[in-house]
Amino acid sequence: MTWWQYLAPLLKGAQVTVMISLASITLGAILAFAAGIARTSSNRFLSGLAFVYIVLFRGTPLLVQLFWFYYALPLIGISFDPITAGIMTLSLLTGAFGAEVVRGALLAVPPAQLEAARALNFSKTYTLWHISMPQALIEMMPSFGNLAIQNLKDTALVSLISIADLTFQAQSLRNITLNSTRVYTLTLVGYFLIALCLMLAVRFIEMKLRRGPAFPRSAHS
Amino acid sequence: MNPIIRFQNVTKRFGALTVLDNFNFEVQRGEKVTLIGPSGSGKSTVLRILMTLEPFQEGLLEIDGTSYHEPNGRGPFKASEQHLHKIRSNVGMVFQSFNLFPHMTVLRNIVEAPVAVLKMKREEAESRATELLRMVGLSDKKDHFPSQLSGGQQQRVAIARALAMRPRVLLFDEPTSALDPQLVGEVLGVIRDLAHEHDLTMLLVTHEMRFAREVSDRVCFFDKGRIVEQGEPNRFFSNPQQPRTREFLSSILGEQGAPRESLKRAP
Amino acid sequence: MMYGYAWDTSTPLTFALSILPILGFGLLVTLQAAAVGYAIALVLGLVLALLRRSRIKAISWTVAGFTEFVRDTPLLVQLFFLYYVLPDFGIVLPAFMTGALALGLQYSAYTSEVYRAGIGAVPRGQWEAATALNLSRLLVYRDIVVPQMIPRIVPALGNYLVSMLKETPVLSVVTVLDMLGLANMIGERTFEYLVPLSLVGLIFLPMTLICSALIYLVERALPKSGIPLR
Repeated sequence: MTWWQYLAPLLKGAQVTVMISLASITLGAILAFAAGIARTSSNRFLSGLAFVYIVLFRGTPLLVQLFWFYYALPLIGISFDPITAGIMTLSLLTGAFGAEVVRGALLAVPPAQLEAARALNFSKTYTLWHISMPQALIEMMPSFGNLAIQNLKDTALVSLISIADLTFQAQSLRNITLNSTRVYTLTLVGYFLIALCLMLAVRFIEMKLRRGPAFPRSAHS
Repeated sequence: MNPIIRFQNVTKRFGALTVLDNFNFEVQRGEKVTLIGPSGSGKSTVLRILMTLEPFQEGLLEIDGTSYHEPNGRGPFKASEQHLHKIRSNVGMVFQSFNLFPHMTVLRNIVEAPVAVLKMKREEAESRATELLRMVGLSDKKDHFPSQLSGGQQQRVAIARALAMRPRVLLFDEPTSALDPQLVGEVLGVIRDLAHEHDLTMLLVTHEMRFAREVSDRVCFFDKGRIVEQGEPNRFFSNPQQPRTREFLSSILGEQGAPRESLKRAP
Repeated sequence: MMYGYAWDTSTPLTFALSILPILGFGLLVTLQAAAVGYAIALVLGLVLALLRRSRIKAISWTVAGFTEFVRDTPLLVQLFFLYYVLPDFGIVLPAFMTGALALGLQYSAYTSEVYRAGIGAVPRGQWEAATALNLSRLLVYRDIVVPQMIPRIVPALGNYLVSMLKETPVLSVVTVLDMLGLANMIGERTFEYLVPLSLVGLIFLPMTLICSALIYLVERALPKSGIPLR
């Protein structure tokens, strides 16, 4: 087999991997902000709900969650196609870990800032979005970078619910060629390259945030 | 008599910055020398080179006749680790930030090196440590941890720790600069007592001018990596020759005015 | 029937209770795999961290590249790699060992970073004082650096233990009979996945919470300045 015959299916799989990863990172980010803000809210119900969500998804293994959504739920009538199940589960997981990052960064905003906002009679919502969030965003970026890489690695598990991602293609390629070494080495390198791109993207976003005129430099940069 | 320390045309660079330039300096056995001067003038660097904490690029440095560089020496220090190990056995150092080991008791801090390096038996090391603690006035603190001691007490332990290794040369790198003013005296008292040891060569970097005058055999003024002026303390302080020396002394001593009560030994 | 226990699918509750013992066997395998994997990660991570401090650029860069590569690639693919490639080179290991090895390898990349940060956090003055006292390198590490490093690295290392516990189900993919593997087998035979899978999740939840709590207790018990030496 020529190298190209190896690469073609793997590239197709990589496309699926990147698509799933980007989708679940985006949805996960939205969930992270929602749950993270809910956790810092004074509304006990919201905070508790977010707490349960976070503990549930951080405390159980991803693979169990995937199988549960794909194999178990259909038995009570709720079924998802593989891609939906995969993206949904990954988003929920990334969101739960991301929520803790958001919450931590919001709590790390100096109390003096909040006091000043109070003194100027800003509403809680205004304070959150115009005072706390801009400063917290820069704190969050390094951790978000790690979560993005983690998400990429986690996408490999969706191959086990029959999504034709990079790992799935690697498995079928191995079955055909029986050249495990070449197949898996290429696959690992493929993931590594995608990871490097992800890291660059996060670094880029972080840079834009630091330079943006809307966001002041934090006190410790 | 041969000097115990001899710097001959030593040059030390930090990247593009030359800190010591063709530096020449000799210290005699048992001499007590104080190095003074503005920050960045190279005086601490001289101590750190002697303690092998920093390498130097050119020149010759000898301690008791032994060169710091080996003829085929490799690496920045141009010497093997064994060679440096032998050199270090002559030198001890007391640091500005004490650098006691926080997770060890005072006693353990003092016996750690004698037991591990000098291969002393633990009981012997402990009895020596007890004696040293008595000398610095901290006998009752031997089972305490450094965090339970004041800055002045920690520095006195640090001095005992350095002495436990029986160095021929003891270096003091601004030993009281990190201390609250009222704790400075107890440390200076210990150093003053040490100055009565005839065999111990001492190099002291400090801003405590009155103390330097009282305790030293010689004072050296450093500026920009060179010794601008040196001499016997009384003459040096009362009649400095060089303009830069005069400038420095007047700016320092102008603040130090009246004799300091803190030079008395603490109980 | 499995491991001598039959299940009763009449009601969800009886089903759940009847498969608990079976999942118990799986739990043992989970814990063992995590224990072996963690031990490998702790030791290998330390080796990697020390090698990275080597003054020979070739060594430190190779190790750095290797560590980064392992950190940024999925455990599942690494597991497949070891499972299928090792036999091609004559190394045949039982599936459990391959799984534990994969876990250990991936997590050693994480623990090496923790060790590096821990060593770096020991103040420079400590190294200088140790040099001034002429302590040998071995002794500096053993008596000065490592005792001060340990309290600082316990939280991060503990978190990785909890993470590893949650990644052990991946091993079921290469026929290791952990909780997930057994739950899947039960599901295949009874066509009833909801109860077994939910049960596995419900067992993991308190397990990770207890583990985190234990780590917190260890953190609290250690003095901040280091393991005390008298």
